[in-house]
Amino acid sequence: MLGLNKKDTSLLIVVALLTLLAPFILNPFPEGSAMAQFNAGYPDLMQRFVIFGIFAIGFNILFGLTGYLSFGHAAFLGVGSYSAVWMFKLLSYNVIPAIALSVVVAGLFSLLIGFISLRRSGIYFSILTLAFAQMSFALAYSVLSNPKFNLTNGETGLQVYADDPQILQGANAPDLPHLFGLPMRATYTMDVGAWSFDFNAGYYLCAVIMMAVFYLSIRIFRSPFGMMLRAVKSNQQRMNYTGLNSKPYTLAAFVISGMYAGLAGGLMAAMDPLAGAERMQWTASGEVVLMTILGGTGTLIGPVLGAGFIKYFENIFSKINDNVLHSWFAFLPDGLEDAVVFVIHPFIGKGWHLTLGILFMLVVIYLPGGLVEGGQRLLKRFKRKKKDTDDAPSGKTEPAE
Amino acid sequence: MDAILLQILNGLDKGSAYALIALGLTLIFGTLGVVNFAHGALFMIGAFCAVTLQKLLNLSFVTLDETQKDFLGNPLKVETPFIEAWFGPEVGATIIDWSVPLSILFAIPVMLLVGYVMERGLIKHFYKRPHADQILVTFGLAIVLQEIVKYFFGANPIQTPPPDVLSGSVDLGTMVGFDPNAIIYPIWRLVYFGFAVGIIGAVFSFLQFTTFGMVVRAGMADRETVGLLGINIDRRFTIMFGIAAGVAGLAGVMYGPLNPPNYHMGMDFLVLSFVVVVVGGMGSLPGAVLAGFLLGILESFASTTWATTTIPGINQIIIYLVAIIVLLTRPRGLMGRKGVMEE
Repeated sequence: MLGLNKKDTSLLIVVALLTLLAPFILNPFPEGSAMAQFNAGYPDLMQRFVIFGIFAIGFNILFGLTGYLSFGHAAFLGVGSYSAVWMFKLLSYNVIPAIALSVVVAGLFSLLIGFISLRRSGIYFSILTLAFAQMSFALAYSVLSNPKFNLTNGETGLQVYADDPQILQGANAPDLPHLFGLPMRATYTMDVGAWSFDFNAGYYLCAVIMMAVFYLSIRIFRSPFGMMLRAVKSNQQRMNYTGLNSKPYTLAAFVISGMYAGLAGGLMAAMDPLAGAERMQWTASGEVVLMTILGGTGTLIGPVLGAGFIKYFENIFSKINDNVLHSWFAFLPDGLEDAVVFVIHPFIGKGWHLTLGILFMLVVIYLPGGLVEGGQRLLKRFKRKKKDTDDAPSGKTEPAE
Repeated sequence: MDAILLQILNGLDKGSAYALIALGLTLIFGTLGVVNFAHGALFMIGAFCAVTLQKLLNLSFVTLDETQKDFLGNPLKVETPFIEAWFGPEVGATIIDWSVPLSILFAIPVMLLVGYVMERGLIKHFYKRPHADQILVTFGLAIVLQEIVKYFFGANPIQTPPPDVLSGSVDLGTMVGFDPNAIIYPIWRLVYFGFAVGIIGAVFSFLQFTTFGMVVRAGMADRETVGLLGINIDRRFTIMFGIAAGVAGLAGVMYGPLNPPNYHMGMDFLVLSFVVVVVGGMGSLPGAVLAGFLLGILESFASTTWATTTIPGINQIIIYLVAIIVLLTRPRGLMGRKGVMEE
């Protein structure tokens, strides 16, 4: 279907179902129950899942396929956000031109940075991208917000004010980001018994876009172009010896992933019309690296999994506090309960980054293929065991094929 | 003239910190071939050694002073640090006052140990893995170390004042014949610069004039041959890692009085130090030191009013700009050797 083989089609369908049914899947616990804090089905978080998913898919096209580790991808995200908010300010609150412009601007920006950075490879490439991103961050934070030429509005962040032109904004159009009149914040809540499911317009816009770009990334992975990028990763030198110039390919990969990042930035601004410089800081670039590695570099589904995993646990872990822990371990004797809570305490709440760091290290050390590889290993072990138990006692004869 | 001198002096303290961290990074890279993203965290741990010692020295017990009353009429609680009780008030107060320099003694064993454990426990297993993996695992380690420090010391910067004698400023201009008040310079910055030069000198002479250093240099040039000669080069490289950690830690200890330590100071410095290493030339020790001071001074010149009015924001981006230009025109860096990290 759609030019994909059977396996990829089923993968795409699974992803599509998961994203479309996310409001159900992420809200498995009834409202008001003790487990309700594990629900993640509220619009804000679901939007973050898919937006960071897009960001990570794009990053994976560069890092997963070509092996070029960029530490400056957040710059494109930030540029995308800024251009989207500028579209809101100048044209109207309609998200389509905003998202389109953010992709285009991020693409041009990444073309410029990629053209320069890709002259070097390995760690030098990482440092160059890092330097460019930090430079953009510093510029957005200070210089580009001077009164004469206020492009970024500095520390406050760029936002839409009442006296902005908004030349295409109709009289009846809603006063917040919308898709031809459908506000992004519109949420339809469905109550089923004790459960309540939120269906958010913004989330579904992001989800549809994510499915589209996921499909695109599958096509890239399976195309001759994708093969070329893989060849760059495995041995660039040999590729050059065969007379191929690999630069256009890597540059194209860089620009594509930059456009993905810009798209994510634009969507972020579309969900919440505010763009700040901190989105470009190198810690933000580090985050997408974490997501991709954690999920599984070079795999199709890995980055999406990683993004969802990090954002979900960031949210859940930050919410858990000592009281919650005490209620969980209430069945233990008092002294032991306190001890257990004391041990877990540093890893929860504000300590989430500690957990993330440890988790990330463990993944890099023991599971270089990320969650996807872990899943495959588990599956393999499970299958083997099953086969063993099947084989030994039953003694059935398999029909020869 | 005096303005130029002032800017050079202003650049020296940051330059010293860049140079020290870059030196450690290059040592690790040159010996073990590992790109250590956790080096900034080592710098930060050093600074927090000073914080810890200061807290330890200030541990106090409470006594009730019956002669004084507070406003409620209760006896006044007086906190006396143990150290003052043991050594007498004057000696004790002096020890507390000099806590930052004293931390050097405290930090050296701590940092050597941290470096040793880090190398043996984690980095050893990453020699054969690609550079990207090394970057990633040390990046994760940096996050972990940073969060541990944040857990124990909180997110706010903690003041570590220099000793009273060294806390003021000195009028350097009058010493070399400028007008009074032309060049006023904080003493601690001078101390920091002198300290950095001392450490750098010590590391270089250690490598240049001792047998151990000779073996290490030989190992940097050709690890395999040195191993074939029956020398356990791995053990020496581990010790060098410890020393590199020590250099970063000491840089952090002494940096406290210039800028109160907080848990993310390491990351802030790390990014710049990497840029410094790359500008200096990967694997070149003199290059790292030279580039450190050079970029520090350049940054200070870019922060002058004249520079910021001519090109707004130049002070924020100058280092990155220089790095980009250097990398594109001299890919090996200022003093990079041939064949080191050239893909």
